[in-house]
Amino acid sequence: MSLWFSITLVAIGASLLLALARAALGPTAFDRVLAVNSIGTLAVLAICVYGFFDGRPEFLDIALLYALINFIGTICVLKYFRAGTLGDHVPPEKQQDAQ
Amino acid sequence: MMVENIVTVIAIFSLSVGALGVLFGALGLLRLGDVYQRMHGAGIIDTGGAGLILFGLLLASPDWTVSVRLVLIGLLLGLTSPTATHAIARAAHFAGVKPLLKTSPDTPIEKGAEE
Repeated sequence: MSLWFSITLVAIGASLLLALARAALGPTAFDRVLAVNSIGTLAVLAICVYGFFDGRPEFLDIALLYALINFIGTICVLKYFRAGTLGDHVPPEKQQDAQ
Repeated sequence: MMVENIVTVIAIFSLSVGALGVLFGALGLLRLGDVYQRMHGAGIIDTGGAGLILFGLLLASPDWTVSVRLVLIGLLLGLTSPTATHAIARAAHFAGVKPLLKTSPDTPIEKGAEE
């Protein structure tokens, strides 16, 4: 069984390299965001499989936390691209323009 | 004894097919031509690869607490990654990224808007 865990780990590592190449190459910013989101998913999978490979499944807690942070980070980056701010501070001159 | 063998074989099969799915999804993420096409590869990683690998680990888990955590991770990934992909597609669309279009087989592929 340990052999199959290590084979899966190698496949996930190769996929991480491919996604990293897309994050470095990607012509638009959205390619990079998509690649970084995939890297996050692959990192969650790699943490899970490594926990089983090492016989310490407590690593799954870290993977759970990483899945949460990955989603929130992607949404934050997209909102920042779109609005230029994370929504907490609107300059006074822009408020007057809106009115 | 026999049942344990069968469960182990199914776990190994799921892990192998999930590893293949992750590899092909990453290959699609690298090789396809457009943001909207690359989302297809990312979707294969998020559903096929992650689902099958987590299912294989679930069959190989030694304890029920580990199984609960694996199911939680699977539910979380299944909820958040389509949402994130949808948000990326919407942001790219409203930022003016044009998809690659091929109207007839004779015309060359029209390049999308860069940035």
